[in-house]
Amino acid sequence: MILYVIRRLLLAIPIAIGVTIVCFSLIHLAPGDPLSTVLPDNATPEVVEEIRAAYGFDKPLPVQYLVWLGNVVSGDFGLSIQSRRPVLGDIVPAVQNTMILAFAAVLIGFPFGTILGAIAGYSQGSLTDKVVTAISITGVSVPHYWLGMVLVVIFAVNMGALPAMGMGPGGQSDFALNWAHLRHLLLPAITLSVIPAGIIARSVRATIADVRKKDFVSTLRAKGLSPAWVFLHVAKNAAPVVLAVCGLQFAQLLGGSILVETVFSWPGTGFLMNSAIFTRDLPVLQGTILVLSLFFVVINLLVDVLQTVFDPRIRRG
Amino acid sequence: MTDATVTTIAPARPAAPVTPAQGYWGGVAKRLRRDPLTLICLGVILAIVLAAVFAPLISPADPYKTSMMARLKPVGTPGHFLGTDELGRDMLARLIYGGRISLFTGVTPVVLATLIGGVLGLAAGFFGGLVNTTIMRTMDVFYAFPSVLLAVAISGALGAGLLNVLIALTVVFIPPICRIAESVTTQARAEDYVEAARATGAATWRIITVHVLPNVMGPVFIYASSLISVSIVIASGLSFLGLGVSPPQADWGLMLNTLRQSIYIAPGQAVIPGIMIFITSMCFNLMSDGLRGAMDVKE
Amino acid sequence: MTDTLSLAPKTSPRTLPVDDRGGPRQPMLIVEDLKKHFPIKTGGAFGGLRTSVKAVDGVNFTVAKRETLGVVGESGCGKSTMARLLSHLITPDTGSIIFDGEKVGASGGISVRDLRRQMQMVFQDSYSSLNPRLPIVDSIAFGPKANGVKGSVARARAEEILGLVGLNPRQFARRYPHQLSGGQRQRVNIARALAMEPRLVVLDEAVSALDKSVEAQVLNLLARLKEQFELTYIFISHDLNVVQYISDRVLVMYLGQVVEIGEVDELYARPSHPYTEALLSSRPSMDPARRRTEPPLAGDPPNPVNLPSGCRFRTRCALAEEVCAKVAPVLTPLPDSPTHPVACHARQPGAGHSLSPAA
Ligand SMILES: Nc1ncnc2c1ncn2[C@@H]1O[C@H](COP(=O)(O)OP(=O)(O)OP(=O)(O)O)[C@@H](O)[C@H]1O
Ligand code: SF4
Ligand SMILES: [Mg+2]
Repeated sequence: MILYVIRRLLLAIPIAIGVTIVCFSLIHLAPGDPLSTVLPDNATPEVVEEIRAAYGFDKPLPVQYLVWLGNVVSGDFGLSIQSRRPVLGDIVPAVQNTMILAFAAVLIGFPFGTILGAIAGYSQGSLTDKVVTAISITGVSVPHYWLGMVLVVIFAVNMGALPAMGMGPGGQSDFALNWAHLRHLLLPAITLSVIPAGIIARSVRATIADVRKKDFVSTLRAKGLSPAWVFLHVAKNAAPVVLAVCGLQFAQLLGGSILVETVFSWPGTGFLMNSAIFTRDLPVLQGTILVLSLFFVVINLLVDVLQTVFDPRIRRG
Repeated sequence: MTDATVTTIAPARPAAPVTPAQGYWGGVAKRLRRDPLTLICLGVILAIVLAAVFAPLISPADPYKTSMMARLKPVGTPGHFLGTDELGRDMLARLIYGGRISLFTGVTPVVLATLIGGVLGLAAGFFGGLVNTTIMRTMDVFYAFPSVLLAVAISGALGAGLLNVLIALTVVFIPPICRIAESVTTQARAEDYVEAARATGAATWRIITVHVLPNVMGPVFIYASSLISVSIVIASGLSFLGLGVSPPQADWGLMLNTLRQSIYIAPGQAVIPGIMIFITSMCFNLMSDGLRGAMDVKE
Repeated sequence: MTDTLSLAPKTSPRTLPVDDRGGPRQPMLIVEDLKKHFPIKTGGAFGGLRTSVKAVDGVNFTVAKRETLGVVGESGCGKSTMARLLSHLITPDTGSIIFDGEKVGASGGISVRDLRRQMQMVFQDSYSSLNPRLPIVDSIAFGPKANGVKGSVARARAEEILGLVGLNPRQFARRYPHQLSGGQRQRVNIARALAMEPRLVVLDEAVSALDKSVEAQVLNLLARLKEQFELTYIFISHDLNVVQYISDRVLVMYLGQVVEIGEVDELYARPSHPYTEALLSSRPSMDPARRRTEPPLAGDPPNPVNLPSGCRFRTRCALAEEVCAKVAPVLTPLPDSPTHPVACHARQPGAGHSLSPAA
């Protein structure tokens, strides 16, 4: 068990290194001289030199990568071209805000998806099942940024009940657990929760239906166990799969929030990246992507490890 | 002289005409024909595609003709069936024309990724060993990014533009397709019939094309079809972020983007292009489900 | 090369002399010191700790032309691995295979490709050995086509061979594998092998999955085809009765090694290796009075990763003695029967076992 966890940890290292290589390459993907892409438009010769030195663009690529990696590991993500401030200073609050949004979406979407899926899996073939399936397919197919706009039209434009933009009253961007702030959270969180809810409902339905077909369930029923007990057994057996799906969906939320944050002007990573893209502020873009994808790697790792804790039979490696 | 097995399986009339075995695809088509939902979705997609292809013939108006007098007219305005956009252009015309780019940017990356990822996965699965390790570990790295994030990262770094969106999405879809292709190929390769084919001394390419590819294509095809829906949503999303084609081109995602500014003035107009994205994505999704059902029958 | 394959359809025995280089006395196959160890990972935090399964570990034997060599042994003793090694479907670690006097893969010898043309395999699982997407006639015609026979010729020949294995081509040629019974599919597999006009056919548990009645039919078919096409068979099975019925000689394998080889009648009448003895006495007897209640072969075979020192059978052998743990016995002909080699100290003069015959 412990060995497995350690091995899994070690396997994640090359992936993480690969992720940093991809992020590093992003700047070199950009058209033209990489230097020009990180230069502000009105760069003076001194600034050019400063940046050239900072990035070491005169050195061969592998060296540049190692220097960059060294900097990143010590928390130095470079300077924002727009604000001339350290990138990390922009990323940290943005990541916090994205996390707030993602957790809210999890709180809404996961229970909803799980319950819907369980109901459908339990009443396979019935009308309820069909309705749930329809809902989940809709959830999976809907362009969530558009759904966000529809929600804005309904609740903000037509009803005036909920705010359409920002994180708090008066454009504040710090969070507090009160209604004034939660109102702002509601629409983006619902929007963000739709896709994972759909996917979770789908796979919970499939898993439960699957488990219920297994022999041991019929045996339990034959033994005259009450339906509640049988359900408990089914749930226990479906749990590892559900857990895995939820974990992966949470990780995907981090990426999916880009579009939703843009719709609702939520000051998270998506918003940050969006403005970085249009100001060609590649260090900010690169840093944000690096942080988010490393989060993704870590979450995947946790899901894997947790899953083996729940169900030692699954020992992938 | 037929033996007992033969006679129990095909009793009597050995001279009777042979029922032509319909083969795999025949069975798939037959099952699809009995699935109304999938057929409806197919019809809707066909209609959208045809409308996009023949846009100049069926479009009620010039999608680029602006009119300061007729801006943001609501649905049902005489002369503008779906109203007009923020520059007074006919919405219906723009939706019809917009389908061209939106469908193109949605479908092309999946096709490209299926070709590239399919070949990579096939090679990884068939040759195993170092080839497999190199290809699959590289895929793992790209798999380590949330898909929307990777798409935004690449097209953000490359800059706005149609080609860059295609590149970004293709890169996003190669790893999952490659994984499926690899695992199915690895399975197929271990089948005794591949061993038997190798035992005839046949050339590798012939074994792959006759015995491996046809058995790998089905699952890969089903999976890829399920990605089209995702691809359309993400492609339009990139467009929505302003990373796709630039105005005045018509594209559903870009239309959402520009109309969003007017969401308080003309909320109805602002959400219309999204309906097209939604319908298209939904139909591709349902069609892919239908295909899976029709093709997943173990023979 | 393609001369034997591009022949006009024929139902009679070979019309052209095959490339019988060595003549009737040259063995069809000589296998020397064949080895295959599969590397495996056994846990460890770093996935390290590499060991190997000694699936085939130094096997020697010969197969004469037009004979049937039966191969028996428990599950996992390396029979299938050996079969795959023979046709180079997996590459041996060491050892040589000499096919009709020509060394396989060596310069001046026979190429793997030419070997495969002349040596065909029939696998146990009749279903998974046929491509589900191909009509059976195409499965049969694949091999000849891949070796340069024209498509139409190959198909015509395939239909004809279907007839030879007892399946009416008009009725069956266009069918898919799932439209056939197990026995019919195995006939198709045999037809597929025959289509290559092989000289040696390796049958790996070819009848094991079939019902008894169907099994008998297929065995008869195999016997008939052998006569008709002057074939040599290597017949792998764990069913000792079937092996006795079909074989001329029998080879007994235990954990990757040959422990005994002999003429079928002699070996069955006078099994000399304790393992062969145990195997034979464990088979269900037709006579209830003689039926044993206790299996003479107690326990499972040892883990092929961690093999016992000396004789591999000693952990289960009733005759095991000190010498058996120290020295690995070598396959040596019995003193009184030069065609009957056995790998057991108790049967070898001067081997240091208390039962060793006097030298
Ligand atoms: N590709 C492989 N990698 C690792 N180990 C293998 C591989 N193929 C076979 N083995 C191992 O080699 C040993 C011999 O296997 P093989 O299939 O040859 O046995 P067998 O005698 O044919 O058994 P059976 O009667 O069950 O078919 C087994 O312990 C098996 O687990
Ligand atoms: S060598 Fe010894 S242990 Fe091995 S079979 Fe002979 S008597 Fe038994
Ligand atoms: Mg076997």
